[in-house]
Amino acid sequence: MTAQAPLLQVANLSKRFGGLVAVRDLSLEMARGEVLGLIGPNGAGKTTAFNLLSGFLTPDQGEIRFDGHLLAGLKPHAICGLGLVRTFQIVRPFPHLSVLDNVRVGTLARRSQMGEAREKARAVIDRVGLGPKTDQAAAGLTLAERKRLELARALATEPTLLLLDEVMAGLNATETAAIVSLIQRINEDGVSILLIEHNMRAVMTLSHRIAVLNFGEKIVEGPPATVANHPRVIEAYLGEEYVHAPAR
Amino acid sequence: MRWLAAAALVVLLLLPAVLNSYAVTVFIFIFFYAFLGQAWNIVGGYAGQLSAGHAAFVGIGAYASALLSMQAGLTPWIGMLVGGVLSAGLGTVVGYLGFRFGLRGFYFVLLTVAFAEVCRIVALNTDAVGGALGYYITFTGNPWQFQFQDNRVYYYVALGLMLLATGIVAAIERRRFGAYLIAIREDESACEALGVNTFRYKMLAMVVSSFLTGVGGTFYAFYLFSLQPGAVFGIPLSVEIIIRPIVGGAGTVMGPILGSFILSPLAEASRIYFGQGGWAGAHLIAYGLLLIAVVLFLPQGAYPALRRLWVRMAPR
Amino acid sequence: MAVGLTLIFGVMRVVNFAHGDMMVWGMYLAWILATRAGIDPYVGFVACAAALFVMGWVTQRLLVDRIIDAPHEMQILLMLGVALVLENVALVAFGPDPQRVRSPLRAATVWLGPVFLDVARLVTFALAMALTLALYLFLTRTDLGRTMRAAADNAYGALVIGTDVRRVYAAAFGIGAACVGAAGALVSPILPFQPAGGLSLSVASFNIVIIGGMGSLPGAFLGGLLVSVAESLGAVFLSPSMKELVSFSLLIVILLFRPAGLFGKAAA
Repeated sequence: MTAQAPLLQVANLSKRFGGLVAVRDLSLEMARGEVLGLIGPNGAGKTTAFNLLSGFLTPDQGEIRFDGHLLAGLKPHAICGLGLVRTFQIVRPFPHLSVLDNVRVGTLARRSQMGEAREKARAVIDRVGLGPKTDQAAAGLTLAERKRLELARALATEPTLLLLDEVMAGLNATETAAIVSLIQRINEDGVSILLIEHNMRAVMTLSHRIAVLNFGEKIVEGPPATVANHPRVIEAYLGEEYVHAPAR
Repeated sequence: MRWLAAAALVVLLLLPAVLNSYAVTVFIFIFFYAFLGQAWNIVGGYAGQLSAGHAAFVGIGAYASALLSMQAGLTPWIGMLVGGVLSAGLGTVVGYLGFRFGLRGFYFVLLTVAFAEVCRIVALNTDAVGGALGYYITFTGNPWQFQFQDNRVYYYVALGLMLLATGIVAAIERRRFGAYLIAIREDESACEALGVNTFRYKMLAMVVSSFLTGVGGTFYAFYLFSLQPGAVFGIPLSVEIIIRPIVGGAGTVMGPILGSFILSPLAEASRIYFGQGGWAGAHLIAYGLLLIAVVLFLPQGAYPALRRLWVRMAPR
Repeated sequence: MAVGLTLIFGVMRVVNFAHGDMMVWGMYLAWILATRAGIDPYVGFVACAAALFVMGWVTQRLLVDRIIDAPHEMQILLMLGVALVLENVALVAFGPDPQRVRSPLRAATVWLGPVFLDVARLVTFALAMALTLALYLFLTRTDLGRTMRAAADNAYGALVIGTDVRRVYAAAFGIGAACVGAAGALVSPILPFQPAGGLSLSVASFNIVIIGGMGSLPGAFLGGLLVSVAESLGAVFLSPSMKELVSFSLLIVILLFRPAGLFGKAAA
C-alpha cells in the first residue's frame, strides 16, 4: 500500500434505535485499493454500518470521511456521486427492466448521454459475465445472476469504494468461487472494496484485512490469519465454551 | 410501427372534412382527455406517483385564464401559460410536501385528493370566481380570445395539444430523465443507491405534468365556456384523467392515447344508450368495471398487451 | 365506520377506497327496509350489517384476494373501481337526490340536565359504542378474532401455523363492511344521504383512521371522537360548507406530520 491518505476514515460512529445500540463507537480506516472484510454474527451491526456509510441512515455520533469529503448528512445519491456505492443484502433489481436497462441506470450516474451510457453498460455487463442475459428482464434471472446484476449496477457508477453486502449469500460453491474471482478482478482494476460476508472462506481469500463486529462494536481488526484464530472472534461466533476447545 | 402511426396521423388530420359536427366533438374529447392523460402519465405513469387530484391543475388553469381574459382582457394564448405556471406552482407545493415528507402510495394519493378538494371548496365559496353558480365566459368567437366559431378549429387545437404532450413524453422517455423516472417507479431506494436524486426527478415530473395539465385547463374553459367548481376540480374529472392512461397503459407513450380512444367512445355510447331516465351515471359504472378488469387481468394496460400480441403475430 | 376501515387495513394492509360508498349502500338498504318493510333502522341495522358483510366477503374473495400481493397502486385502483361501480349503481338505482330515513325516534327529544338531547342521536351513539365494544370483545376473546389479530401482525407466521389466511381476510373484510353497513343504517335517520356522498364519507373515514393510526382499533375509536369534535367546532365557528375544508386541511396536516397517527402501525 502506498503511503497516501486513507480512502475511508470512520471515527467513533454510533447509531441507536430506541433502546438498542446498533453500532457503538466504531472506528476504522481503509487504504486505497484495499479489500476490507467486515464480519461478525448476525445482528452485529454490519448492515447498519453500511447504511450509515452510504447515507441511508444518519449517525447519532461520529464522523465519516471518504476521499477527503465529510459525509455528514449527505443523501445516498450524493455519496454515490462521490464514489462510494453500496449493494443491498437482499438484491433489488428493477424487475420489469432488462439487464441492460438495469445497469444503464447505474452508468447514467456518470454518463448523461444515453448512447454512451448504453455502451458502457454493455461493457460492464460483459465484465461481470452476464453478457448472454443482456436483454432479459431482471425478474427472470436466477439468484446468482441477480447478484451479478446488483454488482454490475453498482460497478456501472464507476465507484472508488464498493460496499458489498453479503453478496455470496444463497450461492452454491461454484457460484461463490466465480463471484470471488470476479471481485478479485474488480479490485485489481483499482476499486477498493468493503465487504460484509458470512462465507468465511471467501472473506479469507479476498480480504487484505478483516474487522470483526459484535454487538455493534469492533472487537478485532487485522490480517485474515490473525483474525481467524483470535479468541474473541471465536467467542463471538461460537460462544465462550469454544474458545479453548481442543483441536481435533 | 412508424408507418402505422404516420398513416393514422394523416387520417386524423383529414377526418374533419368528412365528419359531422357531433363526431368532431367526440374526437375533440378523445384528443383533449388523451392530452390530460398524457400529462398525468409523466408523473403517474412513468414516475409511478399516483395522483388522484390532477383536476386541481385543470381547475387552476381554467379559472386563471378565464379570469384573466374576462377581467383583464388578457388573451388566453398567454393566459394559458399563466395558468400553466400557476398550476405548476400548486404542483410544486403538493410535490414538495408529498416527496419531502416521504409520502408514498396511498398516503400520496390522499394528499393529492385533499388538495384538489380544498381547491374545489375554496372555489365553491369564493363569490369572486362565481362561487357555487360557476364562472361563465361570454362567447365572442374571437380567435385571439381562444374562441372559434367552427368546431373544427377546436378539433385541430385539441389534436395539436395531444401531439404536443405525446411528443414531450416520447422525448422524456428517450432521455435520462425518462430512464430515471421508470427506475424510480421500480425501486426508489435502489435508485438512490445508484446516484439518482429521486426527489429532484419526482419534483421535475410533477412540475412538468402539472404545467401541461394547467395549460389544458385553458382549453377546457374556452371550449365549454362554463366553469363549475365541482366539475373542474372534482374527483370525477380526476378519474377521467387517470383512467385513460391506466387502461391504455401507464408509463407508455401510446397508452393514454389508446385509452382515450377506447374510453371516450365508450362513455359517449353509454351516455346515448342510457342517457335517458335514471341511468345518468352508467358510463361511470363501465369505468369502474373496466378499472377493476384492468387491475386484475391487464395490470400494465392495453397497449403493452397489444404490443405483445403484435410481436407474436409478426412474421418471423 | 372508521373501525371497519382500520380493521381491513390492519389485517390485510389494503386500503378500502370504496369504504364510503359501501356505507352509502348501508344507508340505502336501511332506507329500503324502512320504506318497503316498515322496519325501523335502529332495528334494521342488523340486517344492513349482515348484507354488507356479504358484500365485503364477496368483494374480498372475488377481487381483493387476487391482488393481495400486488403493488399498492393496483390495490388502490381496484378499490377505486369498486367505489365507482358502487356509487353509480346506487345513482342509477336510487337517483341522485338526497334521502333521509324516517324513524319515529327522530322526533323525540329528551331533557338531560341542562341540555336538550336528540333521542335519535343518543340511540345511534349508544348502539355505535355497543357495537365497537362487541367488536373489541370479538377480536380479543374469540378464536377467529385472535386469529385475525395474529394474521394482522404476521401474515406469514399465521400461514405457517395453519390458518386459512384467505378465510380470515374475507372475514375481516366482511366484518369491516358490516361495521360500515351498521354505521350507515344507524346514521340514516340523522344524515341525508345520496350516492355522491360516498367520497366524503370515505375521506372522513380516512381522516379518522389516519389520525388515530392505521390498524389500531382504539386509535380509530379515539380518532372518531376527535374528528367529530373538531368538525363540530369547525361548523360552529366557520360556515357549514367550510366544515369540509377543516377536515381536508386536517388530513393534509396529519399526512405530513404524523402519518402513523396516534397509535398506528406504518403502512407496509
